[in-house]
Amino acid sequence: MAGKKRKQRITTKKMSTRSSRQGGAATKRIQLVELAHARSGDKGDTANVGLIALEPQYYPVLKQKVTAARVARHFRGMIKGKVERFELPNLNALNFLLHGALDGGGTISLKTDAQGKVFSTALLRMEIDVPGSLKV
Amino acid sequence: MKPHIRIASGQGFWGDWLEAPARQVEGGPIDYLVMDYLAEITMSIMQKQKSRDPSLGYAKDFIPLMERLMPDLVRRGIKVIANAGGVNPSSCAGAVVEVAKQCGPRPDPTRNIKVGVVAGDDLMDDLDALIGKGILLENLDTGRPITDIRDTVLSANVYLGAWPVVEALQRGADIVVTGRVTDTGITLAPMILEFGWRDDDWDLLASGTVAGHIIECGAQCTGGNCLIGWEEIPDMVDPGYPIIEAHPDGEFYVTKHAGTGGKVTVASITEQLVYEMGDPANYITPDCVADFTTVNLTQDGRERVKVSGVGGRAATDSLKVSLSYFYGFKSVGALTYTWPDAFKKAQRADSILRGRLERLGLEYEQILTEYVGVDSTHGRLSGRPDPDIPEVQLRVGVRAREREPVERFTREIAPLILNGPPSVTGFAGGRPKVEEIVAYWPALIPKTEVRTRVEIFEA
Repeated sequence: MAGKKRKQRITTKKMSTRSSRQGGAATKRIQLVELAHARSGDKGDTANVGLIALEPQYYPVLKQKVTAARVARHFRGMIKGKVERFELPNLNALNFLLHGALDGGGTISLKTDAQGKVFSTALLRMEIDVPGSLKV
Repeated sequence: MKPHIRIASGQGFWGDWLEAPARQVEGGPIDYLVMDYLAEITMSIMQKQKSRDPSLGYAKDFIPLMERLMPDLVRRGIKVIANAGGVNPSSCAGAVVEVAKQCGPRPDPTRNIKVGVVAGDDLMDDLDALIGKGILLENLDTGRPITDIRDTVLSANVYLGAWPVVEALQRGADIVVTGRVTDTGITLAPMILEFGWRDDDWDLLASGTVAGHIIECGAQCTGGNCLIGWEEIPDMVDPGYPIIEAHPDGEFYVTKHAGTGGKVTVASITEQLVYEMGDPANYITPDCVADFTTVNLTQDGRERVKVSGVGGRAATDSLKVSLSYFYGFKSVGALTYTWPDAFKKAQRADSILRGRLERLGLEYEQILTEYVGVDSTHGRLSGRPDPDIPEVQLRVGVRAREREPVERFTREIAPLILNGPPSVTGFAGGRPKVEEIVAYWPALIPKTEVRTRVEIFEA
């Protein structure tokens, strides 16, 4: 689209980043909310989270760092089943299925978020280490 | 053949914005208005209504909506496709015919308004015959046979695809009322009809299916529930609902009427594409298997996104069945505790409540405590709350197979106001309600076992 190109944000709060050097390479720790937006929904007792890079250059970083195992760790104790990950490079997006996330799901679940609508923002709380050179 | 057609979404679920369909009809040129009314829970509600009154069991508010829109629809030549028929599409169509009869002057007085009905999705009366044949409708999640819950089944509906809707349109229907036709099928059907797509044009069918997925939740692709740049989305007082401009080669554009609020961008469409997504390479519908990893989005001017490159594969041999059955009872109660020590007070109230339920010897399948303002949505990821948090809502839910323990729970909440921790409020709603739980049983059925029916009525 024509006009000024400005990075779209999903929160006005300025997030802090922490820099460090690991084995000589400068890295910084950053919260996913700075790199991606997301939407989630449900199918039975499974919640899905679609994680979408805010800029195309963030996608390879997300693909490398936000693995199924890492997401399972993030949600440890909050979901009962496994985590599956699917890649959508055409949309700069990853799709996660969080099985057993909804306490039975749908009408059975007693949860406020019985339909998994806000697992999206819960995932955006995750912190990952990215190259210090990544412009955020 | 028309160079393109415009398909407008007017309703993303039963209960969506009442103004949306009228805004779509009045706001600019469209050829079709499609409306999705059915969710899993809706079918069981409608089945219950039908069991009390055999003339009910459909989205009743579709009828006053048609009353409001009919003169405009006729004048502008707009066709309507809606799965408002629920578990009683014939009754729904009958009511629409009555509305059409009352409709004023027509551009062509010799031509009657035709209402098409798509039925055959309701398997309620066929269940025992199917079981007798060894079709056990095994639960897709658990693998258990339907015989486990046969006595408690409340509704059983097959998800039909676009083709019976195409037949209704071919036979001249101006308004097509269906039972459980897929959300994507009602958008795909007009493309098949207008562009002459065949039943093995898998890429084209997949393209129309992706279009259906994008608009099936109404404004959720045009700025509604949109996280990216949410504060800057303009004029959400009057959000434009999505319109698909479909082309014969399968490419299509997502847009909305000029002058409406919301936004149509690659990012807003992407959020909707991943909504309720499973394996993106295998989006299975009755009509085809669409591959969402092939979808190509490009911004094509303001409020306009081009969708191209969609690939698809052959449809499977089965259809999905959604059964609903009676499961048990639940209730959720809430109380609000305030500063100072709001969170501690709420926690103390929870432990008192649980202690009392235990002393009463009540048994539950689950008791769930959440603290709204602290952890009710993001759990432990929210971190520790501010010790000076101004208020916390204690929210406790219980579930049981029997009514009695749930009923008793509803009487244990209010006493806490006088005999529990202090600084409590927020109970104006009174005692919490006991809700019946209707649960879902997803299964597959061979396509050969399903007979769809299409009928046309004239007004």
